[in-house]
Amino acid sequence: MAHWLPIVWAGLIAFAVLAYVLLDGFDLGIGILFAVEHREQNRDLMVNTVAPIWDGNETWLVLGGGGLFAMFPLAYAVVMPAFYPTIIGMLLALVFRGVAFEFRFRAVTPRGRLWWDRAFMLGSGVAALCQGLTLGGLIQGVHVENRMYAGGWFDWLTGFTVLCGLAVVIGYALLGACWLIWRTEGQLQRAARRHAHTLALAVLALIVVVSLWTPMLNPTFHHRWFEFPGLLLTAPVPILVALTAWAFWRGLELRHDKTPFLCGQAIFVLCYVGLGISFWPIIVPPSISIWDAAAPPSSQLFLLVGAVILIPIILCYTSFAYWVFRGKVRAGEHYH
Amino acid sequence: MADAIILARAQFAFTLGFHIVLPAFTIGLASYLTVLEALWLSTRRQVYLDVFQYWLRIFAIIFAMGVVSGLVMSYEFGTNWGRFADKAGAIIGPLMGYEVLTAFFLEAGFLGVMLFGVQRVGPRLHFVATCFVALGTLMSAFWILAAKSWMQTPVGYSMTPDGRFVPTDWWAIIFNPSFPYRLVHMVLAGYLSTAFAVGAVGAWHLLRDRQSQGARVMFSMAMWMAAIVAPIQIVAGDQHGLNTGEYQPAKVAALEGDFDTRPGTPLILFGMPNMQEARTDWEVSIPHLGALILTHTWNGAVKGLKSFPRQDWPPAPYVFWSFRVMVGLGLLMVAIGWWSLVERFRHRLYDTTLLLWAAVAMAPAGFIAVLAGWTTTEVGRQPFTVFGLLRTADSASPIDLPGVATSLVAFVVVYFIVFGAGFTYVLHLMQRPPTVGEPGPKKGVPVRSAGITPAPALLDQLPEHPVAGPTGGG
Repeated sequence: MAHWLPIVWAGLIAFAVLAYVLLDGFDLGIGILFAVEHREQNRDLMVNTVAPIWDGNETWLVLGGGGLFAMFPLAYAVVMPAFYPTIIGMLLALVFRGVAFEFRFRAVTPRGRLWWDRAFMLGSGVAALCQGLTLGGLIQGVHVENRMYAGGWFDWLTGFTVLCGLAVVIGYALLGACWLIWRTEGQLQRAARRHAHTLALAVLALIVVVSLWTPMLNPTFHHRWFEFPGLLLTAPVPILVALTAWAFWRGLELRHDKTPFLCGQAIFVLCYVGLGISFWPIIVPPSISIWDAAAPPSSQLFLLVGAVILIPIILCYTSFAYWVFRGKVRAGEHYH
Repeated sequence: MADAIILARAQFAFTLGFHIVLPAFTIGLASYLTVLEALWLSTRRQVYLDVFQYWLRIFAIIFAMGVVSGLVMSYEFGTNWGRFADKAGAIIGPLMGYEVLTAFFLEAGFLGVMLFGVQRVGPRLHFVATCFVALGTLMSAFWILAAKSWMQTPVGYSMTPDGRFVPTDWWAIIFNPSFPYRLVHMVLAGYLSTAFAVGAVGAWHLLRDRQSQGARVMFSMAMWMAAIVAPIQIVAGDQHGLNTGEYQPAKVAALEGDFDTRPGTPLILFGMPNMQEARTDWEVSIPHLGALILTHTWNGAVKGLKSFPRQDWPPAPYVFWSFRVMVGLGLLMVAIGWWSLVERFRHRLYDTTLLLWAAVAMAPAGFIAVLAGWTTTEVGRQPFTVFGLLRTADSASPIDLPGVATSLVAFVVVYFIVFGAGFTYVLHLMQRPPTVGEPGPKKGVPVRSAGITPAPALLDQLPEHPVAGPTGGG
């Protein structure tokens, strides 16, 4: 029990975080793409493609954070102070961005509206950046003494983390562009195709750099990725990324609606799997394992009962909400 | 570290203070919207739909602000209270996990349908969505109050040698001794706060147009709520107080301003608790009444603060005054509720100008009472985070003063900008009279439709539903 429960929970929380990245990634991306889309009408359309669903998407972040707190309290208690500036930055950015959904429609003057558009754009961008910085910092490892974070405020800030931050921002923007290809049409869709093309090139380049850099940060990572027998397990990941990238470009060229989005998501899944291979069974590198950080079995079992029943139900009604709002979103089609 | 802890507490109090009024409002509004939609579906009277649409717009804004400020709270346990997260996470964490699984997803999943899905799913399914959102707000209250109550009256745990809590009996943890009282008290507070906000808006528009059907519905429903629920809340609060007296006598001593244990304890109406000298200055009191209320005997003695170790005293002035603010507002609410009852039976409910003005003045009463109540219970728990077991000083993250100070300033600035704007928009919406003939789920244009149309198209739409445009200044 004490052995298996943390494994199950690590899987569930990893699933929640992945769900968050896949779902909120594209709607944060919509905000980031405000930087290259200035026409008010298009911005409205972009926001309307995600307005009914963004809140549910963001809830996966609460589940990821809350789940970590509940099931791996030590990891939560160490990670939050270690990434204090990036976590607080992300939260404040999400505050701006979350309310901007409503406020930009409620602003009394065009000026006010413009400010909430900026809040939406910067909020989305900064939230993505902070998530990337935190991820990069976690990969680098956290200095822990006596069950508490023992490093400085800016230990996380290195060239590597900045690169990770950039990668997440551009990656989310790519997902956002792919989402627009799927859910819009006409001129906005064409613009999204162009953006997707450029962004995909940048994302692939960043994936290559981060992937080559990561194993140098930690001997375990190096061992798994560059030496036998780890290589046998890890080699399919980059191969699959390459295949997916090929499918992505084909879909883009053939003007498919859904293929780019699905391939974009698949690339994120593969990167995530790669990360999982590097980390396992460590939850806070370099040394806290999922068993070190786990809450007592009585806690893990208690929440597991709920999770096993409720997560499938959540997936059902979340799918229902997506299904209700399926199809292309058109200007003047008033469901927002 | 002591100063960093004060700032971390200030930050928690500030972010929680901003947050708590929003769920209080959404708990009440979600249930109110459910009732309105049910009334509309069963009677098909247009006025119910009008009032529903009117409050749905406000609900959307309040909900968005509640979501983002709640997200901050769920991470603050880790950022500022890392030691607490490590020590009590095994108990508090799963309760919040259940909140996410049963409440947040439910609310978020159906909110989109509730706000935007009217045309797509039809009235019945839309009503189901509204019900689920309302259920979500109540589930959320259930779990978060279970967690908060456990911190006040911890049971069902054992402790590891290094001071971490391990759950042994989840049933006992969830239904801990103070939980049922706190849950009832808080949900009723949400309903009352909403009733007084809705009543004030109704009254405001009645003062301008006594014939407005929408305003009459709002005011009448709100005053029924006040007349019936406010007295119930007083009883619930009294029971909650007795429960606190049983499990946290020091908190009761502090909020009563009792330092000495006196037989036939008087009820101190006003005064200034003086922690240094351990006495209440300028005391105005009624003899024996304190004993009567808290022990239900004439000569009973309420334990004073001096019977507890000094290092365990909660800061009496805060709880003494916040408690009085809460009780005072509660009594005012009962008074307004009963006054409205009298005017209703005299058939003058919509014509008593003074009552209408009083209702307008009481608009923020519920929210202020909620804040005062939370101050009483949370500050009254000090100097512990888990009452009697884990000190606040041993709960904080190892973040130094400048770190906590910077984030505190950032939160203050951002919250004032964001929530300041939000409340302005809400007031704007409230200033517009409820319109007749709001489009319903069956046909026409749902909420916020004007928001996505460019300005020229908006002009065409304005006569149709003048309350939904970004340019309409009220």
